[in-house]
Amino acid sequence: MRDWGFIVKKKATVNPSPYALFLGCTVPVRAVNYETSARKVASRLGVQFTDIPEFSCCGYPIKSVNHYAYLLMAARNLALAEEKALPLCTLCSACCGSLTEANHQIHEDPALRKRINEDLSRWIGKKYEGGVRVTHFTRVLQEEVGEKRIAAEIQVDLSSLRLAPHYGCHYTKPTTVYGRLEDPENPTSLDRLIELSGAKSISYENKLQCCGGGVLAIDEGVALAMAGRKLDHVQACQADAMVLVCPFCNIMYEANQKKIEKANAKEYKLPVLFYPQLLGLAMGIAPDELGLKMNRVRPTELLKKISRGAG
Amino acid sequence: MIDSDDLDPDFKSLIAKEPGGEHITRCFSCGTCTAGCPVREVTDRYNPRKIIRMALLGMKKDVLSSQFIWLCSSCYTCQERCPQDVKIPELMNALKNIAVKEGYLPSVMKAQLDLLASFGRLLEITDFENEKRKDLDLPLLQEKTEEVRIILERLGLHREEKSDR
Repeated sequence: MRDWGFIVKKKATVNPSPYALFLGCTVPVRAVNYETSARKVASRLGVQFTDIPEFSCCGYPIKSVNHYAYLLMAARNLALAEEKALPLCTLCSACCGSLTEANHQIHEDPALRKRINEDLSRWIGKKYEGGVRVTHFTRVLQEEVGEKRIAAEIQVDLSSLRLAPHYGCHYTKPTTVYGRLEDPENPTSLDRLIELSGAKSISYENKLQCCGGGVLAIDEGVALAMAGRKLDHVQACQADAMVLVCPFCNIMYEANQKKIEKANAKEYKLPVLFYPQLLGLAMGIAPDELGLKMNRVRPTELLKKISRGAG
Repeated sequence: MIDSDDLDPDFKSLIAKEPGGEHITRCFSCGTCTAGCPVREVTDRYNPRKIIRMALLGMKKDVLSSQFIWLCSSCYTCQERCPQDVKIPELMNALKNIAVKEGYLPSVMKAQLDLLASFGRLLEITDFENEKRKDLDLPLLQEKTEEVRIILERLGLHREEKSDR
């Protein structure tokens, strides 16, 4: 039996702190279903979000081109949250990693912090002192809302579902930036969250395989081959769906699934759910309110399975 | 064949000065990075051990002008496993940063810079997205972020001139 004890870090009686919700580039354009379901689930569980319309790209895409430009873009977003004295919560794992890393570097290196602030202040009239805490929505569920409170909200029996968790790389790594939130070679938090919903979290070959999203722009063939391998492994386990927490991983497995089917000359028809969509279903929130109509691979069979189970 | 006259012995110090490249000389070529690399699993065009070896030897032009340095997916599998803490994905970023300074900017990355300068995001938020957001009862987003354009311009990563796109 694995030890899940780390999940409950705080007493579930205290309401989680309010957060600035950071959407990044992908969520508002290609994963509105993720945003909708996260907001629904959050409000049910007492997590409050404040929206800052001036948030931009986190900076991650240009880290490879110019490290300092990435830091400035990240610092600008962090400064916006700092002005409101709010911690920042992302839905995208890459945004979470990128902002956490920038935060880390700005905090650790006073000379760098000074240079960044000089440039931010003379160019765009902003400053960042380094005081914003950055986290991911699923971590807020795991660490702040807590198992007890989530369990108390479960209303629908999902025990017929077999789901394949996909952690994504930037959710736990690098540990030099995140600290050791959990073992990056054997993470368990998403499995645990899936099981909290009542569904079964299944194990499959090469579970920690990267989605390939990081090289999609540079070499689509390589990226799709990477994502295809995982779809093969998940299919081999006859999972009802894949469950993930990053909009870019979703682009690889869901939005590009048809392309991969074509390249591999086979059919997957594998639904891909964002974790808040799954949790929302378990909490009895209507599929439409969780944006399930926007899922490109329709989870029709999965929904039927649930209603059979509930009926 | 490697011609020793083409090697730049200072290349490794140049890399070590770049953010992310600090630990390059620690590499003892064990190949742990390549063995666990998910990109390498699907293509032999990417081989981190080989790239690091080439960089340490001083094969500056071959490394900087290559496409392979851009094939790292930044999954950090190697970074977590590297016995010498070389921080390979960060090292690849250091190489890419140097490559860009030397004029090797892949066209897709140039396109991403242009998108960021124009909209502050990689994916444009238009009236269409905001209309949809209104229908879904989601808060509206700022469609352009001038401050991002200013940052990129000041750093010389974007030109002010308006193209006719």
